[in-house]
Amino acid sequence: MSMFDGLKFRNISSPIHRIDPRTKFIYVLTFFIVAVFFNQLIPLLILFFSQIPLIIIAKVKKEWLRLIKGSSFFATIIFIMNVISLYFYSGYSSFASIIEQASAMTVRFIVLVESFSIFFLTTSPDMLGLSLEQIGIPYEFCFAFTTAIRFVPVLAEEAQTIIDAQRARGLELEGGNLMKRIRNYIPILIPLIVNAIRRSLELAEAMESRAWGATEKRTTLYMLKMERRDYCLILISALMLAASVYAWLFIKIPTLTQILNIQG
Amino acid sequence: MIEVKDVYFTYPNGTEALKGVSLQITNGEFVAIMGQNGAGKTTLVKHFNGLLKPTMGKVLVDEVDTRHVSVATLSRKVGFVFQNPDHQLFSETVEDEISFALKNFGFDEKKIRERVDWALNILDLTRYRKTSPFMLSGGERKRLALASVLAWDPKILILDEPTIGQDRNQKERLRQFILQMNHQGKTVVIVTHDIEFVAECEPRVVLMANGKIVADGAARNVLTDPDLISRSWLILPEITNVLLNLNDLGFPTNVMDVYEARDLIIERIGWARK
Ligand SMILES: Nc1ncnc2c1ncn2[C@@H]1O[C@H](COP(=O)(O)OP(=O)(O)O)[C@@H](O)[C@H]1O
Ligand SMILES: [Mg+2]
Repeated sequence: MSMFDGLKFRNISSPIHRIDPRTKFIYVLTFFIVAVFFNQLIPLLILFFSQIPLIIIAKVKKEWLRLIKGSSFFATIIFIMNVISLYFYSGYSSFASIIEQASAMTVRFIVLVESFSIFFLTTSPDMLGLSLEQIGIPYEFCFAFTTAIRFVPVLAEEAQTIIDAQRARGLELEGGNLMKRIRNYIPILIPLIVNAIRRSLELAEAMESRAWGATEKRTTLYMLKMERRDYCLILISALMLAASVYAWLFIKIPTLTQILNIQG
Repeated sequence: MIEVKDVYFTYPNGTEALKGVSLQITNGEFVAIMGQNGAGKTTLVKHFNGLLKPTMGKVLVDEVDTRHVSVATLSRKVGFVFQNPDHQLFSETVEDEISFALKNFGFDEKKIRERVDWALNILDLTRYRKTSPFMLSGGERKRLALASVLAWDPKILILDEPTIGQDRNQKERLRQFILQMNHQGKTVVIVTHDIEFVAECEPRVVLMANGKIVADGAARNVLTDPDLISRSWLILPEITNVLLNLNDLGFPTNVMDVYEARDLIIERIGWARK
């Protein structure tokens, strides 16, 4: 629950909130690509820290911290898996460099989650739907998309109630072997899915009885318009992409281990 | 026996749902926890089987601190029927649904069959034994949820909003059923804001508002106090209201039973004729 809060739109006013969703999407996509380019710790750390000012400007520090805390569980798993596989598949590496590489993969994961979170924390589902519509995606799909996003918190809350209801019938989620642990989730997933389907059918009926889709050509009250700050951000994204392609092709990035001259 | 000792509870998002609640429920009691939506009723009863642990204070079930035992262990004693049956039904057949908890609690094969038969019978579901729970009507699903908890014969039974979405007939049957369970010695706790239902049951009433207990006593005393009821954002039972409005004719203000009201009215008419 608390982790989902880090992906839920915060309706406050900030310069980041006012940026056109399309621009923000391009920016986040650039971050994604750059993060996937590099697998060294130093550039990934730079990426990680360079987003913090944005989070502060957008006034979503608390939610962001919660998300980072929530994703630390997956981060730990990624770290451990990487240490193990690096140890077995590249036995020649020193311990320090194994740790560094594993950290790099972990930081990459966090950077990806982080940029996702900035996007969703500062973009209202309505704006998102509107921007999809304005790049020419059919209204039905846009509507389905925004509705899905809007129902995420509802589902999360419902999942918690279902877990409580089944625990009250003696279901123990912890413990047991892997198969048993997976089986434990059946009593939770089935009611969750059945309710989601039931709710979507009800929603469809309610919408159709209010003449959803009656007009062929829909007009919208709000129109998105790209402004100067949007073009600036797109330019920054393009420069960032170019710089990282350049760095990737022509600069040999040192590892932390080399800089600190640690011998394993 | 359930003892709640000065319990405070705050949800992770900062909502203070309980602010210093103390309460004792002895074995065999029938208690209705009442209050408007958001008063903290569900939060309170979720402490009884350990689903929630107090932020401050403590809850003892048969002298055991709920913080020190698992929900499963407590549930063996404290059966909790959730408000919405759709939050728990998942099995292929009605029969499987009832045996789910029994398996979790480690009952043996023979005992499971026995208990399932008993639960199906007592809630009038035997003919649906092999039906999918999802094919049942709303009222039947609610009965199945109740059956799936009663099956393991918990000493204490908690029902969260049992009357929601039930028609008058179903409510009356539910009332009979609850009273029967209570007469057989079970402790029954119902959580509800259905004042008419409670007025008919006449249990001990614990009235909550804003995370605190504002009154605790016999239904007849709590539910007929106009000030208390309106301060808790509830509405008086209809019968009480009628007699309250006839107060200047000398009718008492603390009646909530239809038959008692009838007798009083007949007595008055007779007296007027004379
Ligand atoms: N899971 C939760 N997270 C945060 N707040 C909650 C949660 N569940 C209930 N609350 C809040 O706690 C208060 C008491 O709720 P609840 O115990 O469900 O009341 P009732 O059952 O009397 O209607 C309400 O203000 C409600 O919004
Ligand atoms: Mg409730």
